[in-house]
Amino acid sequence: MNDDAKLHWLVRPNTIKHLWRWGYAILAVLVLADFVIHPHASFGIDGSFGFYSWYGLLTCLAMIVFSKGLAIFLKRKDTYYDD
Amino acid sequence: MTIDAFPPGVILVLGGLVLPFVSQQIRYTIILLLPLFVLWSVWQVGDGVQLTLPFLDYELAVVKGDALSRIFATVFAIMAFVGGLFALKQKQVAELAAAFIYAGSAIGVAFAGDLITVFIFWEIMALGSTMVIWAAKTPESYKASMRYLMIHLLGGVILMIGVIAHIADTGSVAFQAMTPNSIGTWMILAGFLINAGAPPLTAWLPDAYPEGSFSGTVFLSAFTTKTAVYVLLRGYPGTEILIYIGVYMIFYGIIYALLENDMRRILSYSIINQVGFMITGIGIGTEMALNGAAAHAFTHIIYKGLLLMSAGSVIYMTGGKRKCTDLGGLFQSMPITCICGIIGALAISSFPLTSGFISKSMIAQAAGDEQLLFVWMCLAAASAGVFLHAGIKFPWFVFFQKDSGLRPKDPPWNMKAAMILFAFLCIALGVAPGPLYDILPFKTTYEPYTVPHVINQLQLLLFAGLSFFLALPIMKRTLTISLDWDWFYRKFGAWLIVFLTRGTVEMRRDIFGNLQIFVNSVINLAFKGHGPNGIFARTNATGNSVATVIILLTVLMLIFYLEI
Repeated sequence: MNDDAKLHWLVRPNTIKHLWRWGYAILAVLVLADFVIHPHASFGIDGSFGFYSWYGLLTCLAMIVFSKGLAIFLKRKDTYYDD
Repeated sequence: MTIDAFPPGVILVLGGLVLPFVSQQIRYTIILLLPLFVLWSVWQVGDGVQLTLPFLDYELAVVKGDALSRIFATVFAIMAFVGGLFALKQKQVAELAAAFIYAGSAIGVAFAGDLITVFIFWEIMALGSTMVIWAAKTPESYKASMRYLMIHLLGGVILMIGVIAHIADTGSVAFQAMTPNSIGTWMILAGFLINAGAPPLTAWLPDAYPEGSFSGTVFLSAFTTKTAVYVLLRGYPGTEILIYIGVYMIFYGIIYALLENDMRRILSYSIINQVGFMITGIGIGTEMALNGAAAHAFTHIIYKGLLLMSAGSVIYMTGGKRKCTDLGGLFQSMPITCICGIIGALAISSFPLTSGFISKSMIAQAAGDEQLLFVWMCLAAASAGVFLHAGIKFPWFVFFQKDSGLRPKDPPWNMKAAMILFAFLCIALGVAPGPLYDILPFKTTYEPYTVPHVINQLQLLLFAGLSFFLALPIMKRTLTISLDWDWFYRKFGAWLIVFLTRGTVEMRRDIFGNLQIFVNSVINLAFKGHGPNGIFARTNATGNSVATVIILLTVLMLIFYLEI
């Protein structure tokens, strides 16, 4: 507890645990909000339930995985161009 | 010529030219007041051609005003003011002088009514921006500025060829909407796109901009790419190829920023990403899309300037630390820099109540209105990706993540004031978009704040945020860079020159080698005869020849007497 008290309140393990819980709660509320709103969808798919939620999550994970795959070929030490 | 027809950009260029020669007091006054005066004069320019100058056989429209010119000139002038405030105490006066020349010529392009004037200001911009990078006075910045200059001079040459070909085709110098259907119009388009950071010449931007000083990079982020957006908006609205170029730039920026470790390189990749949104909008070409592109350029200059000021403050106060692996935990000692950085990050991510929300969503709306499903899906994924690579990644690795142990203070007052001013604008434009919508090129009734739009945007962004923290273990920063198109001219090109010249080196060696053998044999032959042991060097020869001469003379005398 003494170690914790020395840390800034924002980075104490207890605070971080709470942040995760609140974060998940907000995400859940946002997904459920799809029941109440009536979007003016431009296409069919963007009006379907939970579209923006899963689309945001999955496309981002896909971009991270893709960039990691690309890194296998393109990554070099940051002194690569130094003479 | 009346005062309201004097080109506003030229006022700023002239101001930049006098900066190095005046006392500190006058310099501060010019830096703080001149951009505001220019901002005022931008709004004195009426619609239509205001100033013409004769040049060769042509009549140049040096100042021509309309709504599109004014919105870009306005944000350029605002940027010059706040950037000047941020850089007020910059010891390299040359940087501020160059930045004012750079900003002034960008305003010059915004008011240029003909292609020759565009070209002239375009080239001044290239020189001004190179000098801004130079002013960082590091070996790295010098090399980067030379690579930067080469690309922009190449772009300038391509643009000039295009302009000349276009004038030869049409006989008109006027700068108006074109369709790429001739060599001239294609070359002009290519010249414009090079400055926008379009593929394949994308790498000059993340190569050069992060090498500017703590304040120089703030200026660099604003003018070159956004002037390119302006000329594309005016010259090539609705050109379909721009949609695909824009989409490429959007994802290129995200992917490379995700792999990057240097915080200002992350933000540089994200410039290309954001310009990609604007170029996609220009390609779509409807009034809504063009309004969106113009509005997004306006808000982008402000929040990107803010993000780079926040990064610049960190560099300034930590003595030059700029890699994510060296930073972290700075929120504890730099609260103002951190909060301003987060506001900039929220704005670039288009969070509701920030400026990005009211501008970027117009472009997505236009894609939806035109039933471009593929483009719309790309834009939505990219919006989530912006939050990922810039919105969370930048503040997280700089101000939070691990505690680096660094405890730098917030920067001096002028830098804080500049950041607070831009942070205020990010939120003010987001809360009350009316004034910005009023100065857009087309009338708009777009309403960004509907309940579904806000909820959907929050869903998209917060789930993108979730993916960041879920993937955090594999996002750990490493001391690496990622190869880009510039590899072709920095490594492959250098190798090619070595490869191609190796043959000539050998040939040269052979020719000179054979020549040497010939010359040596001549020398040896001469040495044989004339050397110390050579036949002509024998000393006993003198006595013999004297005896021979005496004998000959005796014989001659005898013959002489016998004859008589």
